[in-house]
Amino acid sequence: MSLKKVHSNQPKDFKFTNENLKKAEEILKRYPEKNKKSAVMPFLYLAQKQNSNWIPLAAMKYIAKFLSMPYISVYEVATFYSMYNLSPVGKYFIQVCTTTPCLIRGADKIVKLCKEKISPNENELSQKGNCSWMEVECLGACVSAPMIQINEDYYEDLDEKNTVEILNSLIKDKPLKPGSYRGRKNTAPEKKQSINGENHA
Amino acid sequence: MLKLENRIFKNLYNEYGWEIENAIKRDDWKDTKNLISKGREWIINEVKTSELRGRGGAGFSTGLKWSFAPKEVGSRPHYLVINADESEPGTCKDRDILRFEPQKLIEGCLIAGFAVNAHVCYIYIRGEYFNEGKRLQEAINQAYKKNYLGKNACDSGWDFDIFIHYGAGAYICGEETALLESIEGNKGQPRLKPPFPALVGLYGCPTIVNNVETIAVVPTILRRSGKWFASIGKSKNTGTKIFCISGNVNTPCNVEEEMGVPLKDLIEKHAGGVIGGWDNLQAVIPGGSSMPLLSKEICDTITMDFDSLIENKSGLGTAGIVVINKDQDIVACMARIARFYKHESCGQCTPCREGAGWMWRILDRVVKRKATFNDINLLSDVTKQIEGHTICAFGEGSAWPVQGLLRHFRKEIESRCRDEPLIKKKINNPYLVDQHLLENKNA
Repeated sequence: MSLKKVHSNQPKDFKFTNENLKKAEEILKRYPEKNKKSAVMPFLYLAQKQNSNWIPLAAMKYIAKFLSMPYISVYEVATFYSMYNLSPVGKYFIQVCTTTPCLIRGADKIVKLCKEKISPNENELSQKGNCSWMEVECLGACVSAPMIQINEDYYEDLDEKNTVEILNSLIKDKPLKPGSYRGRKNTAPEKKQSINGENHA
Repeated sequence: MLKLENRIFKNLYNEYGWEIENAIKRDDWKDTKNLISKGREWIINEVKTSELRGRGGAGFSTGLKWSFAPKEVGSRPHYLVINADESEPGTCKDRDILRFEPQKLIEGCLIAGFAVNAHVCYIYIRGEYFNEGKRLQEAINQAYKKNYLGKNACDSGWDFDIFIHYGAGAYICGEETALLESIEGNKGQPRLKPPFPALVGLYGCPTIVNNVETIAVVPTILRRSGKWFASIGKSKNTGTKIFCISGNVNTPCNVEEEMGVPLKDLIEKHAGGVIGGWDNLQAVIPGGSSMPLLSKEICDTITMDFDSLIENKSGLGTAGIVVINKDQDIVACMARIARFYKHESCGQCTPCREGAGWMWRILDRVVKRKATFNDINLLSDVTKQIEGHTICAFGEGSAWPVQGLLRHFRKEIESRCRDEPLIKKKINNPYLVDQHLLENKNA
């Protein structure tokens, strides 16, 4: 269960754009007609994407009406799942995995760098206002630890040096490419072995 | 060691391309129509002969699970649901199947859907795997284009549709009934069983829920016969399995191996050995974070299969191996796992919701050397109070790793504990003095 705060400054109105309305129609076709409610999670994603990566209360009310379900059920879903942001996040939203497999390969160092480079606290916009970061639970790329997720992309096999490079590139608004930063092919074992694990953060 | 010709996931690292044309070259979708025309009974029997056990953690016989679905479709339609909500720390095998072997999964869905009388399949992918989901959708579109899906799928006379449903960052949705709740548009809180999903599942209809890897191996089993699959590995623990080796190893990787492979072989041959050498090994979590850890003495000889790990009071789980060497603080590692479970508890059952927090706080105190000896027994007591007193297996999943720590590293914990922090000196206090102020002074 996640603890999330609803943002204090809420927009009054929310409506899907025409493009999103079309997408919403497509989504509804996936589920049986009497189980429209199933579409609430994809709809919340749509709303989040439309509203620069966070969901205002007005959007929840709108979705509740759209799917003819009680507002509180939409609210329940939006607060239960941790990927729905209820307050604004940076244009580059950095999620640092700090669960044990990443931790033992140096995720704490990445957290430290985020604190230095972006903001001293989690979920706080950086000085220029285009980045924010938070610690998250396992992102399911343990073999490529330590790793971070920036918006939708995974940056894997990091160490301190290239984390700094990635964070700097975000601050400059020119993000580097996602993928492995040790130059290996996906999750294949590497042939070149460095001695005693100097190859991680 | 697994022979090259017996490997099922040949494109695990995307060396040969994931697109449908390349997949067909690797024998995907070969004779699918023929396999389906042999009928439900044959498919389920062949899967039973292969002794395939579910790859999602519990290790339940897949053929048996399928046979629980009602034989005839009544007033309610049947559903097939694929569990791709892979969030167990240490596990990242399904991600590679979704990215690089999607056609194996899609073909498996069609065959499994036919076997359990389902026309619709939902694949529940965790929300963080956005790019993997996008890739899978492309692969599904390619399959539709070739008429392998849709009306009269693959010329078999069976209509079949696959839809993707994204989760949104809740670990608990990997539990099958929580997953169904989530698809229905509710909070992901597990349901009481029975009734089992095979009879009352998604939208109250009969539903079979399977892991990605389980379904993805089915087409190969049918093509090469159940006996072939059963001949790999050990009896009752047959076939191949993708192992994810992460943590303090020189070259962490995903690798497909036969069941019952020695753990030491996996780490030394595939993952480049433990950082600092085998003697620097402290402990191994053998099957994702919810399985109790193994001490080095056990790791020397253990083989990786369901039954031998259960004998050692652990489990194969999802086969996500996390190697922890002696440079790490083992208590801090387990405290982090306890924090994970505290964060991910759905909050439905009191023992789990409250107990997970208790375990984390006590372990955190041990890490900070502020715990007392009484705390150790309290911790052990809390794990016993959670285990078996919850609706779903999350309770066990959160309590077992702590129990494993207590079993193998009790001395380590004791060495960090101290006596009661309050030094109780005998002072003759006059009656009617604020007692708590005095206690502060004595602290």
